[in-house]
Amino acid sequence: MLRRFRLEEPESVDETSDLLARYGESAKIYAGGTELLLAMKEGLVHYERLVNIKKIRSLDQITTENGFIHIGALSTHRKLVESSLLRERLPALVGMESDIANIRVREVGTLGGNLCFAEPHADPGTLLLVLGARLFAAKRSSNREIPVEQFFVDAYETCLEPDEILTGVRVPLPPRPSGVAYLKFGYLERPSVGVAVRVTLDQTRESIVEARVAVGCAGPVPRRVEEAERLRQPVLL
Amino acid sequence: MRNTLSKRKATQIIPISFTVNGTWQEIDVEPQELLLDVIRDRLGLTGSKRSCDMQVCGACTVLLDGRPVSSCTLLAFEARDREVLTIEGVAQNGRLHPLQEAFIEKGGFQCGFCTPGMILTAKVLLDGNPDPSEAEVI
Repeated sequence: MLRRFRLEEPESVDETSDLLARYGESAKIYAGGTELLLAMKEGLVHYERLVNIKKIRSLDQITTENGFIHIGALSTHRKLVESSLLRERLPALVGMESDIANIRVREVGTLGGNLCFAEPHADPGTLLLVLGARLFAAKRSSNREIPVEQFFVDAYETCLEPDEILTGVRVPLPPRPSGVAYLKFGYLERPSVGVAVRVTLDQTRESIVEARVAVGCAGPVPRRVEEAERLRQPVLL
Repeated sequence: MRNTLSKRKATQIIPISFTVNGTWQEIDVEPQELLLDVIRDRLGLTGSKRSCDMQVCGACTVLLDGRPVSSCTLLAFEARDREVLTIEGVAQNGRLHPLQEAFIEKGGFQCGFCTPGMILTAKVLLDGNPDPSEAEVI
């Protein structure tokens, strides 16, 4: 059972930012609600106001430009799984997304909500680390880009300011030739550990130019594993 | 008096209209009301069940615009201007849906509590992919 709260439904990022600034910690952004409502039902958190941002239409687009893919924060997991653009250009992301939770959660849960809730047992942040993603945050009259390495501060804590909104994620298309993979291990739906790897080969495809490895769920935030990345040096395929 | 006033001030009413099993509904909901409670307690459709209450088990599954959602963790106002299908609406004109017939024929039940969710989710799969492979079913 949920305790009573009020609902705000802004239609722009500026309006959302104003509401967050006005109500401070008594308000929380609400998108898919798949994580937030669980915590509220358990009584772990309570907010006097939820700010439903799904009326901001421009935040659920998936587009490509100049070697980058931009994913709006309100894109649901299902939308990412079904995106022909992502299937063609970032199949590893589609593979990761298609295995998040279950079909009902993927229907309503959003990528932005997943990242902002910063639940340590989550998948997307780990893969976005090796992909070199940057997150876009906005508040009234200002925008900024945040490397995904800096976004997660602690379990359930991000670097977003109280009146700031995550608007999207920009992922550079992987260099060629390269390979990207995400594997997770776990019981039922939550991953117990998630591992993401991006390996870039030289043009002869005989040696590794760069290896990126990230691990999630094993600590409060997903992190790159430089020790493993350095192992690329002696490897010859 | 003050208590009454402050309580009233805290209550926010959201008028929503939506269809449930093809029937137009206009009701007022409060922001925190969950779709499952509206369906069961206010519309009297008790085929959708509350079980795990955390979007895992699927017993509360309903279809929203033809897509499966966990109504136990979906705010009722999200159904506004949309179509909800519950297990009660799957049979048409008194005839069971072929999936329901198949569940009966094959005894596709354990205790039956979560069968509505299984049938609705299977319907989504088959509506989009009438001849799925075993891997696609799993």
